[in-house]
Amino acid sequence: MSNTEPKKLPLDALWRARTSKFGDFAGYDMPLQFEGLIPEHNWTRQHAGLFDVSHMGPSFLALPKGHGLEGEEAHKKVASLIERLVPADIQGLKPGQVRYTMITNEDGGVLDDLMIARPAEPGAAGDLYIVVNAGCKHQDWALIEAATKDEANLVRADDRCLLALQGPSAHVVAATVIDPALAEMSFMSVKRYDKFGRLTITRSGYTGEDGYEILVRAENATELAEALLAHPEVKPIGLGARDSLRLEAGLCLYGHDLDPTTSPIEADLAWTIQKRRREAKDFPGAKRILREYELGPDRKRVGIRPNDRAPAREGVEIMKDGKTIGIVTSGGFSPVLNGPISMGYVEAAHAEPGHIVELMVRGVPRSATITPLPFVPHKYHRPKKGT
Amino acid sequence: MTTRYTKDHEWVRLDGDIATVGISTYAAEQLGDVVYAELPAVGKSFAQGDDMAVVESAKTASDVYAPISGEIVETNSEITGENWPIINEAPEATGWFVKLKVSDKSQLDALMDEAAYADYVKGL
Repeated sequence: MSNTEPKKLPLDALWRARTSKFGDFAGYDMPLQFEGLIPEHNWTRQHAGLFDVSHMGPSFLALPKGHGLEGEEAHKKVASLIERLVPADIQGLKPGQVRYTMITNEDGGVLDDLMIARPAEPGAAGDLYIVVNAGCKHQDWALIEAATKDEANLVRADDRCLLALQGPSAHVVAATVIDPALAEMSFMSVKRYDKFGRLTITRSGYTGEDGYEILVRAENATELAEALLAHPEVKPIGLGARDSLRLEAGLCLYGHDLDPTTSPIEADLAWTIQKRRREAKDFPGAKRILREYELGPDRKRVGIRPNDRAPAREGVEIMKDGKTIGIVTSGGFSPVLNGPISMGYVEAAHAEPGHIVELMVRGVPRSATITPLPFVPHKYHRPKKGT
Repeated sequence: MTTRYTKDHEWVRLDGDIATVGISTYAAEQLGDVVYAELPAVGKSFAQGDDMAVVESAKTASDVYAPISGEIVETNSEITGENWPIINEAPEATGWFVKLKVSDKSQLDALMDEAAYADYVKGL
């Protein structure tokens, strides 16, 4: 870690005109809060929130110029390179499809969670759009470069601006301000739009709501952000509400709910490892991950609802009959449920929803109930097939 | 009655030998909407600087320290009755936390008066 000043976002001035509450997050000076965490949270659930997530690590992995491969072949080639690091079926992505996956280590632990997209445009065959976490991006990019050396080029795009537009009104706003076609995009798809310079847009997010993540060049970012904020359904949202929204949605925060010791199976993310990869057993940590897939893990990520009002935050011990059975990895307050919620890992025998456990909050045991995730239902946009 | 402030943003107001304690307006604003608070039981004693209460917003949990040594003689029934918004609405009035029977009034001398606290907060 360096001692240098946190980096300024490309939209620093635009946010500073709207809030003074900034904080250092992963080396970036980020807006934490605008009108207040709870009103911002609720606004996103009811309307649309605009988040600046330019601290994250968007990047493109591309086969070298003159690779001579076309379409499906070019995709399979570049996908096979990144599959050296992740357990998802990237070769099987259709044009325009996005997948959530993890970089795993040889012990089957998680080094980061990330999104990998296959561009929709035929001219981009042999490219992948990869978005990794802010705190892990230098590690991840070094791993990707080492694993794909001489066979593909990694182009970092974190000098651009990454905006997330999230909430039930996001599709109306995006269709009005950017392009009407955005309303029809499927959840977990990607498309390029020649608007506001050039935009790479995925229908995805980190709130459990419908929405988009929009990569825009720094020189076009102010114009785009101002156009989005001018829509009456849109308000700026800080990192504080981003965390409470993702927790209600049961989504993992890397470094808290996922780390190099937790496996994707323990984290209840087995659905991210498709059959072809399970059968090929060819990803880092496959031995442990597939053993846990078959036999079940020793511990599991669960939702936890305290049975009183006291929030149980990261690090709180989870007990049963006087014995420690797990630990809280994220916890706080749910504005939608108007009460405390936590996420954590417990021994598999205690992971069933409905199970009563105790949370050691400031040395006092408090009753809590294991709860299915998410706490608040996801509202992703999945159009009906076959029309 | 003058109000004194600590660097940790508690306020204390003395009436005879009873001190009323709460968190400052600045602290309440920084914290945001309070979603939980835990007050000590009546009869418990604290030394100046001891952990005395906890106040939590959606964002974070904060310890509240005893700004002066003493024994708890009363807790705010609004707060124990879970009317936490009162802490944000009137932190230095009806949103008080506890009343302490004070053993050493001279401990107040080390704390900031209103003007000194206002300057202190400006520098944060």
